[in-house]
Amino acid sequence: MMNCKEATQLMSQELDRPLTWRERLALRLHNLMCSGCHQYRQQMAFLRRALRSRSGGD
Amino acid sequence: MAIAEQLQEFCGERRRDLVRFANLQLRDEALAEDVVQETLLAALQGSDAFSGRASVKTWLYSILKHKIVDTLRSRRREVPLSGMSNADDEDEGFETLFDRRGFWATEHKPHRWADPEDSLEQQQFWQVFELCLDRLPARTARVFMMRELLGLETAEICQELAMAMTNCWVILHRARMGLRLCLEETWFTR
Repeated sequence: MMNCKEATQLMSQELDRPLTWRERLALRLHNLMCSGCHQYRQQMAFLRRALRSRSGGD
Repeated sequence: MAIAEQLQEFCGERRRDLVRFANLQLRDEALAEDVVQETLLAALQGSDAFSGRASVKTWLYSILKHKIVDTLRSRRREVPLSGMSNADDEDEGFETLFDRRGFWATEHKPHRWADPEDSLEQQQFWQVFELCLDRLPARTARVFMMRELLGLETAEICQELAMAMTNCWVILHRARMGLRLCLEETWFTR
């Protein structure tokens, strides 16, 4: 199974490029079992929302 | 409200927001002031072109972003990126977040943040947020803000900074990791 370190890398990259279906699947499986990474993903999404609202995006 | 009136608002108190936004990226207060000045001037001159589809705020920020990109570009010729202080190549202490197998160390496992959306409305949150952005190493911050504040695509950033794409991803990952950790330690404390 993918470890958390690798998962966090993918959770960053998914904000910068489309993941392959293999990567998406591996990440999804990992996050189903890992509450820490599940939270991490929510927090990444929040960071993006915060930054977008900061830069005048409506 | 007429566009001139709305712009006036940005010449007054909300001007500070624009300057802070520019300064976050340029890290030079005087230069940030200049860029905002130019932005407001361009907005006044071009107010006929304002379609009214977006809000004045969005429109102003889009002009400002272009001005910042131009400024970064022209300054890059003077101060090459490779010459910037570069703590980036060092380990920023993220290793200790994980155990030897690469899983979250128990005490560092991310927990749920309480009411994050609510934080966005609080002025104090933004002060903390900016402090956290300022704490990022210079080069990391530059790449991250080009991506998240200026909204450039990763490919454009890599090209602009003559970096390999994978290197860009690594830097962006570190920036997010650092920003998240800082917010967790200072704002979303357990």
